[in-house]
Amino acid sequence: MLEIILERFNYIPIIILMMTGLYVVIATGNLVKRLVGLSLFQTSVFLLYITMGKVFGGQPPIIAGDAHGGDAGHGADAAAGYAAGHGAEAAAGHAAETAHHVAEIAYSNPLPHVLILTAIVVGVATLAVGLALVVRIREAYGTIEDDALNAADYSLETGSAE
Amino acid sequence: MDMLASLLPAGIAVHAPALIVVIPLIMAAVAALMPRGIFAWGVTLATAIAVAVLSLNILGQVSTGGVISYAMGGWLPPVGIELRVDMLNVPLLLLVGIVGLLCVIYALPSVADEIAKKQQALFYSAFLVCFAGLLGVTITGDAFNVFVFLEISSISTYTIIAMGAGKDRRALTASYNYLVLGTIGATFFVIGVGFLYMATGTLNIADMAAVLEQNGHDRVTQAAFAFIVVGLGLKAAMFPLHVWLPNAYAFAPNFVTAFLASTATKVAFYALIRFVFSVFHPEVSFVALSFTWLFAVVGVIAMIVASVQAVFQTDARRLLAYSSVAQVGYMMLGLGMGTAAGLSASMLHLMNHALMKGALFMALGAFALNFGVRRVKDLAGLGQTMPASSAAFTVASLSLVGVPLTVGFTSKWYLVTAALERGWWWAVAALMISSLLALAYVARLLSAIWMETPPAGKAGLAPARRLAPWMVLAPMSLLAFANIYFFFHAAPLVGLARAAANAVMGGN
Repeated sequence: MLEIILERFNYIPIIILMMTGLYVVIATGNLVKRLVGLSLFQTSVFLLYITMGKVFGGQPPIIAGDAHGGDAGHGADAAAGYAAGHGAEAAAGHAAETAHHVAEIAYSNPLPHVLILTAIVVGVATLAVGLALVVRIREAYGTIEDDALNAADYSLETGSAE
Repeated sequence: MDMLASLLPAGIAVHAPALIVVIPLIMAAVAALMPRGIFAWGVTLATAIAVAVLSLNILGQVSTGGVISYAMGGWLPPVGIELRVDMLNVPLLLLVGIVGLLCVIYALPSVADEIAKKQQALFYSAFLVCFAGLLGVTITGDAFNVFVFLEISSISTYTIIAMGAGKDRRALTASYNYLVLGTIGATFFVIGVGFLYMATGTLNIADMAAVLEQNGHDRVTQAAFAFIVVGLGLKAAMFPLHVWLPNAYAFAPNFVTAFLASTATKVAFYALIRFVFSVFHPEVSFVALSFTWLFAVVGVIAMIVASVQAVFQTDARRLLAYSSVAQVGYMMLGLGMGTAAGLSASMLHLMNHALMKGALFMALGAFALNFGVRRVKDLAGLGQTMPASSAAFTVASLSLVGVPLTVGFTSKWYLVTAALERGWWWAVAALMISSLLALAYVARLLSAIWMETPPAGKAGLAPARRLAPWMVLAPMSLLAFANIYFFFHAAPLVGLARAAANAVMGGN
């Protein structure tokens, strides 16, 4: 039992972070704090991906020794990563097809790291757009508190109805 | 179809799947550098024409030669990113390409009216990024790539919705709320893709499906399914997750609303179909369970609740936005039937709804352009002051109700037939109630336009103000005409919808 939990230890902080982020998004009325919660939520997903790339006993996915260089080395690297992903989590059947790419050394799977680099860029872009919007909201309304914004919009709506 | 396939020289046609995404993306950078809005519009128009031609060419290629698989950068799938076009996503490409082109023609007068001069070039640039993102989601065969393109289109959507702030500052809060919810949706989706990657060790959609079929499903894939459905459901405005949509549509610039209403939620809905049907098989027990107890139920609730909400709106565009949520409900119901007939009815309604809502939002934009119309009661007497736009609006809104002689009737007919085939009487009843509610809210709009007299200030306008600019009128009339034309010549759209359903259901 303890072993099962320890093997999956990474998932515990991930879930805590994820739920904290989501709670902050829902619970706070401050637009900037809400973006902080959103970032926390996204970051927990980065950790989830990084965790799944870990192969027990695996080495960093850098091919040691004679570097082929160029395209060949790059291609083999990608194939090894792909196969490692299979080896780590998928059933043996499918992994066998690609298993011959893998040398005797077990590598950690580099693909999730690459995916997360992309996801980080997406997260940064979202945060930037979000903060820019908050700046514009502050200019237009003079506040960044949700309650005050709703009150301002409501008075606008009822005021313009007549 | 042969003619379409030979539309472009072979050298270009081979790379058409890549070009259709790459051209708008590069042109977005070009548009941003343009010194004046009209030049940027020219770049956008040229891009939209290129995309429309490419999408027609791809339709020709797929119809004659079957599924296209394009290995991006020469990396063969499943390791590399694959662009994959089959009969399911060809209709979406056509829809985004052609409706996109019509919207861009419409854009020039509308954007000149609503966006500050200095921002126009950047606005068109952001629009092109959104355009590229939507096309990317549609065409890619790689699960993580779907997420990336989804976010490319979403982030640019947030910015172009916020540009409505020049007319109404509520566009900013609407955009912010969309950003928060949209990001939560995208993150849920990416968690789901992560679980799928854990279970299958691949990101290629076709390969995922093959591995899942071989290995069967366990709790990891069930969790993946739940996360993906919630994530994409949020983007597609599936009923309880639609709260971002009404305000975003109501306060965005008119051109943006017309474009988004006819493409963005449709593309997210396509992605949902792709995952639910292609990756998870509809015969797997938990997927089949979700059809009846999730999609169909949520669809029916949306059809009724969102229609009721629409009846009581004072803002004309928000009224139509709630109606959009209800229409997404129709599509969800079709999906929930889990049969080829249901799915093809759903695809048909997807295309028809784009024709209706495109024309409706364009007409509201034309009213806003001449008279600054926003609220339902501002529509009073427009039948006299702007007869052409009002006629287009009327045709499209009758189509929305599902009156015979319009495409709205065709797709509801197919939905009812599919529901009866499945023995779902309650779904037919819900369809009828929802159509009556649609009649109620459309009647509010139409009675204001045709029955009421225009306020004193507008009656004696010079004839020049009676017509919207032709660039507004032409695409709007074309869409309204399509609403009637495709009732009498239903075969092309129905054929596309059938082929799409068969492509994922594997039947004939």
